[in-house]
Amino acid sequence: MKAVDFDYAQPATLDAALALLSRDDVMVRPVAGSQSLGPMLNLRLAQPELLVDITRIPELQAIRREGDRLVIGACVTHARLEDGDYPDVTRGVLPSVAAVIAYRAVRNRGTIGGSLAHADPAADWVNVLTALGAEVVIAGAGGRRTVPMTGFILGVFETDLQPGEIVAEIHVPALSERARWGYCKVCRKTGEFSHATGAVLIDPARGLWRCVAGATSGKPVVIDGPALFEGGCTEAAMAAHLAGSPAADDPIALRTHTVALKRAIAQVMS
Amino acid sequence: MSAHAKTISLTVNGTRVEATVPPRQHLGDFLRERELLTGTHLGCEHGVCGACTILIDGEPARSCITFAVACDGRSVTTVEGLDDDPLAAELREAFSAEHGLQCGFCTPGMLVAARDVVLRCPDADNRAIRTAMSGNLCRCTGYVGIVNAIRRVIDARNTNAG
Repeated sequence: MKAVDFDYAQPATLDAALALLSRDDVMVRPVAGSQSLGPMLNLRLAQPELLVDITRIPELQAIRREGDRLVIGACVTHARLEDGDYPDVTRGVLPSVAAVIAYRAVRNRGTIGGSLAHADPAADWVNVLTALGAEVVIAGAGGRRTVPMTGFILGVFETDLQPGEIVAEIHVPALSERARWGYCKVCRKTGEFSHATGAVLIDPARGLWRCVAGATSGKPVVIDGPALFEGGCTEAAMAAHLAGSPAADDPIALRTHTVALKRAIAQVMS
Repeated sequence: MSAHAKTISLTVNGTRVEATVPPRQHLGDFLRERELLTGTHLGCEHGVCGACTILIDGEPARSCITFAVACDGRSVTTVEGLDDDPLAAELREAFSAEHGLQCGFCTPGMLVAARDVVLRCPDADNRAIRTAMSGNLCRCTGYVGIVNAIRRVIDARNTNAG
């Protein structure tokens, strides 16, 4: 239960971090709060030669409002999002979801950008930010690019991040005053990783009726349109939507995912 | 010692500490093996059991999945550092009175986490206490005594404040 003997750097600027991350003579990994990578290092599932700690870079710590969106730095912790010292444009989504991520001791260190880069299908932000239609700003030695959540999470622990790139910012669009959202995780124990996640958003101002089925052992499954909200969230419908995912062929998993989404839908329809 | 050893400077229980550490050494091992602060217990070493919970800059954290090298410039408080903390004293008393421990392995982490719950959730009902404490595992008590101990401290504080 001890990590391999890695080297460590704690650059003070994003440019310095990206220069280190672009090295190709050593196996290098970025690290933020180390709440997912820490266990992987201890279990030796990850064996990097150099760890680049990006948590001392001020611009990755910032939260700011930019027009109709909230810009969240990659190294903002879940605890800070839970405590809410920022203009919440999401009508409570960010603080409510942050509050149910793992445990407070984990939320104090774990970061929103680290969670996305890790890309565990059961992670809260992976599914909720997909439902919200957020975008990820990726920084690399060659500059910045912006990717929608639906194009960022590609599979289990798989993202669009290329070698040398890190998540720099998350852009979360504001919800309208009439927007409603629901969120349900099926967990046997509080704070554990979800077995099935339902995240839903209705925003009439944007003509948005969105359901996201998460923790499906694949990327989040996005189901747009009003059908599921209008009584269509059945196991048969979900089997079709989850086709190709391991969850579709397992009756218990299929029922669990259907229940998670039904409960999330019930929160907005009540 | 690792070829990658780094020198860090941090505060441990109020005392300035300079140390040269291998980056792979997690904070729990640093506290126990270099600072000889063996009150911090290591259970699972992958962030699940909560036994190793300590405070970094006053906030609870898992010392087994935080690397000591990442704590340069930070202030770390272990259960030993809470000896003279009034709230920790109330909690120790209540854990004893309510049978909030048996073997004691989880207790240092429980006390650190419980202190945070009392400070952060002064109106917590028993369900909220259970949820907030769910990141700390105990294999002896069944949690009833632990929840009652925290309940007792919260109630006493609210009575005194009222």
